[in-house]
Amino acid sequence: MMEPGLYHLLVIGAVLFFTGIYGFFTRRNMISMLMSIELMLNSVNINFIAFNKYLWPDTLGGTFFTVFVIAIAAAEAAVALAIIINLYRSHSSINVEVAEEMKF
Amino acid sequence: MNTTNILLIPLLPLLSFVLLGLFGKSFFKTKAGLVGCSLMLVSFIIAVVTASSYFFSTGLQNGQYQQLKPFLMPWLKFANGLVIEMGLLIDPLSMIMIFVVTFISLMVHIFSLSYMKGEERFHVYYAFLGLFTFSMLGLVLSSNIFQIYIFWELVGVSSFLLIGFFYQKSSALAAAKKAFIVTRFADLGFLIGILLLSAQAGTLDFLELISKFTTPGDTLSSALGTTFLGFSLLSWGLALVFMGAAGKSAMFPLHIWLPDAMEGPTPVSALIHAATMVVAGVFLVARLYPVYAFSGAGFVHFIDDIGAFTALFAAVIACTQTDIKRVLAYSTISQIGFMMFALGQVPADLGAVHLGYTASIFHLFTHAIFKALLFLGAGAVIHYVHSNEMKDMGGLRKKMPVTHAMFLLACLAIAGVPPFAGFFSKEEILLAAWENNPTIFWMALITSGLTAFYMFRLYFSIFWNKEHDGHHHEKEGDIFLLAPLVILGIGTVVAGFVPFSHLVSSDRKPFETELHLQFSIAPVAVGLIGILLASWMYRKHSAIPENLARNMGGFYKAAKNKFYIDEVWLGFTKGVLFNLIAKPAAWVDRNIVDGMVKATGSGMEWISYRIKGLQSGKVQQYGLFFLFGIIIIVSVYLFKNVPWR
Repeated sequence: MMEPGLYHLLVIGAVLFFTGIYGFFTRRNMISMLMSIELMLNSVNINFIAFNKYLWPDTLGGTFFTVFVIAIAAAEAAVALAIIINLYRSHSSINVEVAEEMKF
Repeated sequence: MNTTNILLIPLLPLLSFVLLGLFGKSFFKTKAGLVGCSLMLVSFIIAVVTASSYFFSTGLQNGQYQQLKPFLMPWLKFANGLVIEMGLLIDPLSMIMIFVVTFISLMVHIFSLSYMKGEERFHVYYAFLGLFTFSMLGLVLSSNIFQIYIFWELVGVSSFLLIGFFYQKSSALAAAKKAFIVTRFADLGFLIGILLLSAQAGTLDFLELISKFTTPGDTLSSALGTTFLGFSLLSWGLALVFMGAAGKSAMFPLHIWLPDAMEGPTPVSALIHAATMVVAGVFLVARLYPVYAFSGAGFVHFIDDIGAFTALFAAVIACTQTDIKRVLAYSTISQIGFMMFALGQVPADLGAVHLGYTASIFHLFTHAIFKALLFLGAGAVIHYVHSNEMKDMGGLRKKMPVTHAMFLLACLAIAGVPPFAGFFSKEEILLAAWENNPTIFWMALITSGLTAFYMFRLYFSIFWNKEHDGHHHEKEGDIFLLAPLVILGIGTVVAGFVPFSHLVSSDRKPFETELHLQFSIAPVAVGLIGILLASWMYRKHSAIPENLARNMGGFYKAAKNKFYIDEVWLGFTKGVLFNLIAKPAAWVDRNIVDGMVKATGSGMEWISYRIKGLQSGKVQQYGLFFLFGIIIIVSVYLFKNVPWR
């Protein structure tokens, strides 16, 4: 059984990140878009943890940042959900394509 | 000599202006005239006391009149060495002027009590009179050349306001604008002249300026040494200052505004356009006389020629005009021409007596009195017949005995008949011209004859000639109308006996003039011929003038139309200024300057039309731009050190 190294974790992070980007740009449902953003944030968390563990094992900087990012992600999710609820109230839909009034 | 008193002389009329201007409508509606008159009377009394104490006790020291500056304060301080000051300059010239200005102004204030009675804007009229008197007094008392410029413009503004007093008449409005624009145009030259002279001398103060330009030294040699278009900077400065003076004093060819200015109320014409403001130009040249005499030798001849030509030219036009105020206006131009060329009679030996200077100021003094009398007399006549035209008058000598007598006195004075005021001053001018420049003398002699002719043409047409019916007034006017006439009439008789050469001379040292009886024969004879000719033609109604006019043909027509100078100016402004300068300038402004501004706007619009699609309202599209932006920034950051870059 092979011990997973730094590279494995970075590859997982990168795959997660680009999955998130892909989801963000292709989904029209705002909840899906929000989930994609969560994916991207979590891939960053994985990178932080991986670098912390393999390169600077005697410090806690990466862990701290991860905790921060989780907290911020929770706040962001609350705000985003509030926006989504308001969008649904005004447009009866959570499809981003129906909310296009803010253009030239 | 008390500084506060001297300051009060100009400040009291200013007080009158402020009081009547601010509170006239609510508090002094009918009493405005009394307020103006009483303040003016106090100012006049102080002026007389000041002038007489200067001339007869304090002024003369060691045989020379002192130049005093009893009051001087910094008014505008730009930097050390560049300070514009306000001050008073007391010397014989300014003392004579404050007497003349306050005296004539007082007479006009009193005369207007009756003449302007019942006017809707009576208080405004008196406010303007106060403003004018203040500015004129400030002008003559100025201690530096910039201060004189400020008051010069103030005088111009109050003249503008008073000419346009009857602003319901479009001709009055046009005349006011014309006067203002023509004199402003001349003042442009004056301002440049001030800048040139003061930059050379490094000072604005009159006394310093004069001493720097009349004593050999660095300033003088650099001012004379630097040349532009073949003339030294000093000549340019003096010429430009003279341009301002010529504009105010209505010298040819800038005289065109003065006859039109007669649209103003007649007492205003007496005050501003006969006795005081129009001689401001003569005053200015007299103020800088030492510089003109010392270093402007070539230029002084130019002043001579302009003055003498203007005198003759205006006299010819005066013979043909039928509006009595216009006759007087051209007569004023002609007489100012006399003063101007008298100032140009600089003796070849500068140490000798400058008779021309004294004669010029003497003529200014006497002319102010008798011309004010003529104008006020004309005002009384106009008040009586309600017309300016000679054809509506005639035979008024029985109906207006006082006016008739006073008008006759003034006509005799201006015609140079002894022993009235004009005789003495004109005699001195002619003598100065005879000694320096015989050509000018002969021109002046012809002008004297013409002067006598047109003044008596005016006199006979108004008071003799054919009687007119329809003037059913019982009285010729009340006490306020007649008292100034009588006072000025007395002045006309006695003013000539003032020993003027004891008071004013170019080096401020009194000297003696003797009356050359045999010299006086020619001018007096010429004057009498003029009078007799006028009497023959105009005393009784006859066909002689018309026949003569017909025989003169084109010349008469040209003179009656003022030699088409107005048309020339109009053609010049329309053809050259408007078409050749203003129109191309307007084109450049509209198409190039405005075009640049407009191009900025339309260019922006063009760009924004093309990029507004970016603002699509699609959240994911914005996200995409954001992503590509980051990719570009990151790749620049990553690859900035690669070797092929």
